[in-house]
Amino acid sequence: MATKPKTAATRNQGGTHSRSRQSTSRTAKKTPAIAEFSKEQELAAYRDMLLIRRFEEKAGQLYGMGLIGGFCHLYIGQEAVVVGMQMALKPGDQVITGYRDHGHMLATGMEAKGVMAELTGRRGGYSKGKGGSMHMFSKEKNFYGGHGIVGAQVPLGTGLAFTNVYRGTDNVTLTYFGDGASNQGQVYESFNMAKLWHLPVVYIIENNKYGMGTSVERASSNVDLSERGASFDIPGEQVNGMDVRAVKAAGDRAIAHCRAGKGPYILEMLTYRYRGHSMSDPAKYRSKEEVQKMRTEHDPIEQVRKRLLDKKWAGEDELKSMDKDVRGLVGEAAEFAQTDPEPDPSELWTDILH
Amino acid sequence: MPTEILMPALSPTMEEGKLAKWLVKVGDEISAGDVIAEIETDKATMEVEAVDEGTVAKILIDEGTEGVKVNTAIAVIAGEGGDISDAAEAAASAPAAPEAAPSEPAAPKGPEPEDDPEVPEGTEMVSTTVREALRDAMAEEMRADGDVFVIGEEVAEYQGAYKITQGLLDEFGAKRVIDTPITEHGFAGLGVGAALGGLRPIVEFMTFNFAMQAIDQIINSAAKTLYMSGGQMGCPIVFRGPNGAAARVAAQHSQDYSSWYAHVPGLTVVQPWSAADAKGLLKSAVHSPNPVIFLENEILYGQHFDVPKLDDWTVPLGKAKVVKAGSDVTLVSFGIGMAYVTKAAEELKGLGIDAEVIDLRTVRPLDINTILASVKKTGRCVTVEEGWPTCSMSSEIGFQIMEKAFDYLDAPVARVTSKDVPMPYAANLEKLALPSVAEVIEAAKAVTYTA
Ligand SMILES: Cc1ncc(C[n+]2csc(CCOP(=O)(O)OP(=O)(O)O)c2C)c(N)n1
Ligand SMILES: [Mg+2]
Repeated sequence: MATKPKTAATRNQGGTHSRSRQSTSRTAKKTPAIAEFSKEQELAAYRDMLLIRRFEEKAGQLYGMGLIGGFCHLYIGQEAVVVGMQMALKPGDQVITGYRDHGHMLATGMEAKGVMAELTGRRGGYSKGKGGSMHMFSKEKNFYGGHGIVGAQVPLGTGLAFTNVYRGTDNVTLTYFGDGASNQGQVYESFNMAKLWHLPVVYIIENNKYGMGTSVERASSNVDLSERGASFDIPGEQVNGMDVRAVKAAGDRAIAHCRAGKGPYILEMLTYRYRGHSMSDPAKYRSKEEVQKMRTEHDPIEQVRKRLLDKKWAGEDELKSMDKDVRGLVGEAAEFAQTDPEPDPSELWTDILH
Repeated sequence: MPTEILMPALSPTMEEGKLAKWLVKVGDEISAGDVIAEIETDKATMEVEAVDEGTVAKILIDEGTEGVKVNTAIAVIAGEGGDISDAAEAAASAPAAPEAAPSEPAAPKGPEPEDDPEVPEGTEMVSTTVREALRDAMAEEMRADGDVFVIGEEVAEYQGAYKITQGLLDEFGAKRVIDTPITEHGFAGLGVGAALGGLRPIVEFMTFNFAMQAIDQIINSAAKTLYMSGGQMGCPIVFRGPNGAAARVAAQHSQDYSSWYAHVPGLTVVQPWSAADAKGLLKSAVHSPNPVIFLENEILYGQHFDVPKLDDWTVPLGKAKVVKAGSDVTLVSFGIGMAYVTKAAEELKGLGIDAEVIDLRTVRPLDINTILASVKKTGRCVTVEEGWPTCSMSSEIGFQIMEKAFDYLDAPVARVTSKDVPMPYAANLEKLALPSVAEVIEAAKAVTYTA
């Protein structure tokens, strides 16, 4: 066979155009690949991404101080994905993801204090200190976790979308999972049911190129994960997940498709995590140059910052003061997470049954 | 403001490490994300990244130093506009975590289960099969609450692989009676998601043997989420279907899962015997705000029992039933095990042994108080079940009796279970593998020392 294998190198990571697969029924619409952002949108996206970045840096620091235990998976580098998708949602839409979840929670509007206090295992945390980094929820913000079993959130998110149909709402469920998770069987069981029953769920595959230490090329027979819905006739797109505008545009397309009752949609976000898989990962499976290249050439926050400055929509001083505000907020969260007491011992025995 | 850089913990278990290399020196400007040092632990070499920006004011631990304890200050950074010599003098320390209260709380006693509702005098008793009772329970609950729906393989158009959902599609339509593809892991997870979203799914497994494909969603997602969410996310779902041995379907289709699920905090596990209990318990299971595992039995489906004709007949979860009072020995069982036990009790009567018979009905939470009250009276106990002996319901019941009624025992607790083998196909071997009435009688005779 002389067909050229698809490899990461042939993909447009960091480029500016989303690519959609062409087929009769699966064709994604040819709307502009990048949403034009207003000044307000650029500023909001910048601030939201910065909050996640600073929060995660602080979490890494607290982990280093031994204040956060267990597994702690940072989201640094992937911020544009959740921020862009969140901009495409409307009230009542649900979000669910795996264990790399701090960014998703902040994007849904959950408070930094409550998230950080959960990381340190304190009573003011979103799960009263009983869930930790990987298991947090907020009914109020329609955030359904925070799940530690790779792939388990995919049928769960599909069930939330089922609820929307059952109740006759036009809400949509965003179900996030990783490139590694995309090889789990339950993902395809979900795809099948979602398409069969036209469930309004956007499957967002956050392809950060690695599942722990295994690159996509070593784990997936076809590295174009946007095609993973092909057997189910689910449309899919690859999206530059480092550009918040591309994410927002793709999110708009996918969500419109779902709200119109046309069933599920797959978005493969080409993204990158700068840090190790978890805090204890020395990341020997990739080169320093690879990481450095993504950081310097494709950083999602720097891209917005540059546009804001180029268009004179913000000055250095303004951005600096925004950074100061965000640091202040994160500092307060960290302070709270260290001074808030641990859960009362009696909490050991609560919340097992309703 | 000067900040100290502390020796970081890079894994959940790291206590100290070697500061292998500094990549910055005093006077260097650093910004967040810069790699400033390399640390070696027994497992790996890791890079330390700066969190704050500023100028390196002082290096406190030289490179090459071994055994640097986590949280030791290793360098000082002067913040923007800060004086690096002042910074080098200043010493800050990380705020200490408030101490956890040292007391160890005892497990709370669960709420006392309610008694069965009174059946008013003159109530008509209707002879009903377990199959019809289960169907009636679902139909009544679906009429009462639009959020209740049934989902599973062949539940709708085929009317149920074992005809438990007969007629439901006609009455409630395809929106609420949903045929799934053969995709246990997927539809169990979808059901849990719907329950987290506020609906009340009844998920039918064609048999519980196939639920092993879905057990991760049942345990990790359904049972644990309330706890992991600090009480925010309940999961009102019922997983039901036939469980245990049927007839001649061999090893992969003949397993009793009672003790598997009874092991798990967050689950309620029911295994009814009579039609009245099947109906009343299934209705209670649908009402429950918690995930319920409802274990049925194919052999019982066609058996008739009297069911009270009442508008809303429910049986409380977590409550055992004394089916027959007696004074010489307590026989404890549940589900199809009751078939052996009730027959054995009759025969024992002829031998002059008056057995008290308890039907657990719910295996988690275990109604140990009803068992203890009986054992304190009889001084002897035989447990009977179709599960394997190791880590069985019998193991648990025997242990709890030892803990809580040791001084009342006149003989060691005995158990009659399936043999410790995969279920064989051959008719004679299958019979040998299962418990028998004769074995129950033998055990009762042994604990009453009547040879
Ligand atoms: C079922 C299961 N298998 C293995 C693990 C251990 N594990 C946790 S994260 C992970 C890698 C997942 O990678 P990916 O889906 O790409 O997500 P990412 O970490 O890159 O965000 C593995 C193997 C797990 N938590 N659950
Ligand atoms: Mg990955």
